[in-house]
Amino acid sequence: MLTKRIIPCLDVKDGRVVKGVAFVNLRDAGDPVYVAKVYDQEGADELCFLDITASHENRDTILDVVVRTAEQVFMPLTVGGGIRTIEDIRRLLEAGADKVSINTAAVQNPEFVKAAANRFGSQCIVVAIDAKCLTSCDGSASGWGVFTHGGRKETGLDAVAWAQKMMDYGAGEILLTSMDRDGTKDGYDLGLTAAISEGVSIPVIASGGAGTLHHLYEALSVGKADAVLAASIFHYQTYTIGQAKSYLADQGVPIRQVQGCAFSA
Amino acid sequence: MIAIIDYDMGNLRSVQKAFEVVGHQAVVTRDCGIIDQASHVVLPGVGAFGDCMNNLHRYGLVDPIHRAIRDDKPFLGICLGYQVLFEESEEFGIHKGLGILPGKVKAMPLVDSRRHALKIPHMGWNTLQIEQAAPPLKGIESGAFVYFVHSFYVEPAHPSLTCTTTEYGISFASSVWKGKVFASQFHPEKSQTIGLHILKNFGNWQ
Repeated sequence: MLTKRIIPCLDVKDGRVVKGVAFVNLRDAGDPVYVAKVYDQEGADELCFLDITASHENRDTILDVVVRTAEQVFMPLTVGGGIRTIEDIRRLLEAGADKVSINTAAVQNPEFVKAAANRFGSQCIVVAIDAKCLTSCDGSASGWGVFTHGGRKETGLDAVAWAQKMMDYGAGEILLTSMDRDGTKDGYDLGLTAAISEGVSIPVIASGGAGTLHHLYEALSVGKADAVLAASIFHYQTYTIGQAKSYLADQGVPIRQVQGCAFSA
Repeated sequence: MIAIIDYDMGNLRSVQKAFEVVGHQAVVTRDCGIIDQASHVVLPGVGAFGDCMNNLHRYGLVDPIHRAIRDDKPFLGICLGYQVLFEESEEFGIHKGLGILPGKVKAMPLVDSRRHALKIPHMGWNTLQIEQAAPPLKGIESGAFVYFVHSFYVEPAHPSLTCTTTEYGISFASSVWKGKVFASQFHPEKSQTIGLHILKNFGNWQ
């Protein structure tokens, strides 16, 4: 049976993990490769690097991180952040990324997603959608809109329709972040997650708001997500990935348990 | 020396690194001479079936592949490199494959047996049911998890080819085995310990 995926995400800036004060008991919590190896040992199903390098000169630092990670960690790796051209994608895939996540560039030029999927295959094109709940004049909720620039810029696009369009343009997966919940630890936006997951026939990764293991369960059950992405609950070692998986398995969610798997040397 | 065939269909670095980690030397190449001299040959690949076949022809790699199989070298096909070993695919029209193994490549079903919608691609970790203990699977047991990402699957013409099956809407052949050819729909190079173990076994296969 296909299992639900747990995907830890690392924010990487200038080649270093941001929020590096976490993982206090680790040798080098600032080294993305080292942290990736820890997540690998804990049984993460995939890894995600979000490159938030601001300066243009340091844009290549992520490539070095990807090269070094791919030499040591043998599981799927998605890289997002600042991807604007076919050449950006080619270089990341060549460095060892398995998938790239496209956000702003897709909004600015949807044809870019089509070109990328045609060139590299849908399996490696993830479209990241940052969505916020919209309210109509009378204050009632009226769906979710797509935002860019960390939730500051409204695009006027409806999130469900946008996800469907991106699927039609060749996206192989949707990485859905609730900007209302991101960083709150109040749980994923389950209404948004379910609306997108039911609206498309490609896998959906829920992101934004994880604070407890029950939140992961809600996103995968009520929210109908195929995978959950979480940063701080794993990064600050509130929970290990193993704990998250045990909890989800106890709730009846199909999960890949690394310990006790059918494997012998 | 293991030759990993490079034909512009995806990142081959992780396949090479995975072999190196388990102690097998591997080169990424499209040089026919190197492929002919290799002890083992690997055909990886992600992308579309038609592009894959076009590139194999364009780079003159079809003959070296047939030679490697005729010479009975251990041969590993991965994902698209598994599918193209068969006769034809229905991905974006009908495309002829290498025809090394009898069977066809078909689209994954959109609903399961209870009419529940299935997400396509079949993406993530799923289990193997072992039907035949091929040498590359030595030490791997049914229930082992491996990583998949694909929208099409292989239907071998003979059930005797099927080495493992996996359930996703249907039960499909997640790997096949015939003589010195082992080919898998899943990605051993992305399947952590289990995958590395399979690659190690493959490199040890004589």
